[in-house]
Amino acid sequence: MTLLDFVEGPLWYVASSVFLLGVVWRLAGILLAGRARDLSISRQSPIAGALKAVVLHSLPHGGNLKRTVYHFVSGYLFHLGLFALLLFAAPHVAFINKHMIALPWPAMPRWAFIIAAEAAFAGLILLYVRRLTDPVTRQLSDADDHIGTWLTFLAMLTGCLALQEAHTGLRVLHMLSVEALMIYFPFSRLMHAFTFVLARANTGATFGRRGFTP
Amino acid sequence: MTNEVSSVAQARPRPIDVQAAVEKLNALTGAHVASYLDACVHCGQCAQACHFHEVTRDPRHVPAMKLAPITKVYRRHKAPFAGLRRTLGLAPELSRQDLEDWEELIFDSCTMCGRCTVVCPMGIDIASVVAVSRQAFVAAGLGPADLLQAADNARDRGSPLGVTKAVLADRIEWLADEFEIPIALDRPQADVLLLISSIELMKYPHSVSAMAKLLNHAGVDWTLSTTGYESTNFGVLAGKADVAKILISRITEAAESLGAKTVIVPECGHAFGVLRWSGANILGRPLPYEVRHITEFLARCKRDGRLRFKSVDTSVTYHDPCQISRRGGATQDARYLLDGVASDFREMTPTGNYNWCCGGGGGVQAIGRAADLRHDVFRIKMRQVEETGANTMVSACSNCRLTMDESKAALGWDKELASLVEILAEHLEEDAPQAPDPAR
Repeated sequence: MTLLDFVEGPLWYVASSVFLLGVVWRLAGILLAGRARDLSISRQSPIAGALKAVVLHSLPHGGNLKRTVYHFVSGYLFHLGLFALLLFAAPHVAFINKHMIALPWPAMPRWAFIIAAEAAFAGLILLYVRRLTDPVTRQLSDADDHIGTWLTFLAMLTGCLALQEAHTGLRVLHMLSVEALMIYFPFSRLMHAFTFVLARANTGATFGRRGFTP
Repeated sequence: MTNEVSSVAQARPRPIDVQAAVEKLNALTGAHVASYLDACVHCGQCAQACHFHEVTRDPRHVPAMKLAPITKVYRRHKAPFAGLRRTLGLAPELSRQDLEDWEELIFDSCTMCGRCTVVCPMGIDIASVVAVSRQAFVAAGLGPADLLQAADNARDRGSPLGVTKAVLADRIEWLADEFEIPIALDRPQADVLLLISSIELMKYPHSVSAMAKLLNHAGVDWTLSTTGYESTNFGVLAGKADVAKILISRITEAAESLGAKTVIVPECGHAFGVLRWSGANILGRPLPYEVRHITEFLARCKRDGRLRFKSVDTSVTYHDPCQISRRGGATQDARYLLDGVASDFREMTPTGNYNWCCGGGGGVQAIGRAADLRHDVFRIKMRQVEETGANTMVSACSNCRLTMDESKAALGWDKELASLVEILAEHLEEDAPQAPDPAR
């Protein structure tokens, strides 16, 4: 078994299992922490409030765009770029088709890959520069924030290096960095990719029933 | 000698029961709080919405910082993988130093206004986590003495300002004589129980007579009760859940003994928020009456044609009490009441559900050592009002009013502050024909 076989075989399945089980365990842990029934008489539907909050907090609202434009632009650049790469990069589509399920969409062309990668890198770097330079985020940040950022950055960087598929070693490096990211993911703040729904929905349900979803 | 004793007492370390705080935080961390603690990405955008950060630019005043003590306990004890973290030494226990360092952030510099929730990309409601944290800090023996005393006064004497049943009866008798307005006290079988806040009764008594005048004119069958009269709930604000329950129980007992179908909360934001949205949960059963803020109730009377008003001849702007508007859902009622009364009405920017807090919500008004910080926060409101060019700022919360009156005096500001019910009572068309009360 070559190193590539190992990282695309056993190690991939280990990383995937840790990722999936870890995410489920963490989400279950939150949901099973229990919540008392709200006995107040609602003014409006809490379910509508929850759904509204999940959508609403994807966009700046309440007159806050000007104050949060940096995060808004860099956040969207990074996340849109990252998800475009994750789901539409040609090697990813091929890998998913081979190891998991047949995706019903084609891979994106090279020029789209370049744009997506540039957006993702620009967004991630802008967010990290902010984390390092703004007194507020500098104070809030801990090791988890830095490790999560660097693992993501490495996965993206090695992915770009491996794009040409000219060297097996680069593909191995990319797989290793992605697997490290997947194993780290459930234990870290990267889980916000899932927990954002719970937090937004909780707030939306609580305040939606009062008549205003903040 | 007294001074020496005092300084020795101050130098002595305070007894802090860290374990009690840990146990309280663990007990109060349900799915709701856990979802918040697991979602914060430390982006710091909440700083952009917090009035304390806005005026101090102190990075410690970023709302997300207030999550730190409970997050520490959660990660060590209750979070998924807590055992793994403990084994690897990655989850230190909450310390005495943490509690001391965070006391000011949890009490003095959070008005629980919820502005940070609006801006948070995760939608985290930090105010509700602060409310939980306050209970833990108090369990540990911490918390501002004056805020805690206010809660104890409410429990032991009937109100945070010491308005006992006897004081209530005296003040009501005086108000009824002074303003020549019938004010019912303990009238059996009344449809509506009106609460008062002791801030109104002791500092703004005209507010109480104004409510009486409006309710009488609208033909409402209402009364005050010596069994349950205080609307404010310093038990919630001071993190004393037992006191909070006693205060809700008193109101409920009063309403049940009268058979009142409706309880009206006067001009007090947090009193409305606590009774309307948390009262049943604190009591542990649904409230056997509907809860209405006075602006909601008067708006209904106006819609029914039972109240008509003359126009005010000055420019007016409206300060939204956070717990009535953003966190209470009754944003439009005050505006509906002012419509036609304030012919020159000017909105602040931002306003309504996105308003800036007065600086004294969440019990901060009662914390003496936070006064300078409150006054600094009020500068935001001053700037907002001046930008509108309005002469008078009206509000529907006596706690906001007291906070703003004190800051206005401290900063030498010259604009007028007014109560909504007082303006409405002054401009009531007393000769206008009345529609009957549809509820009777």
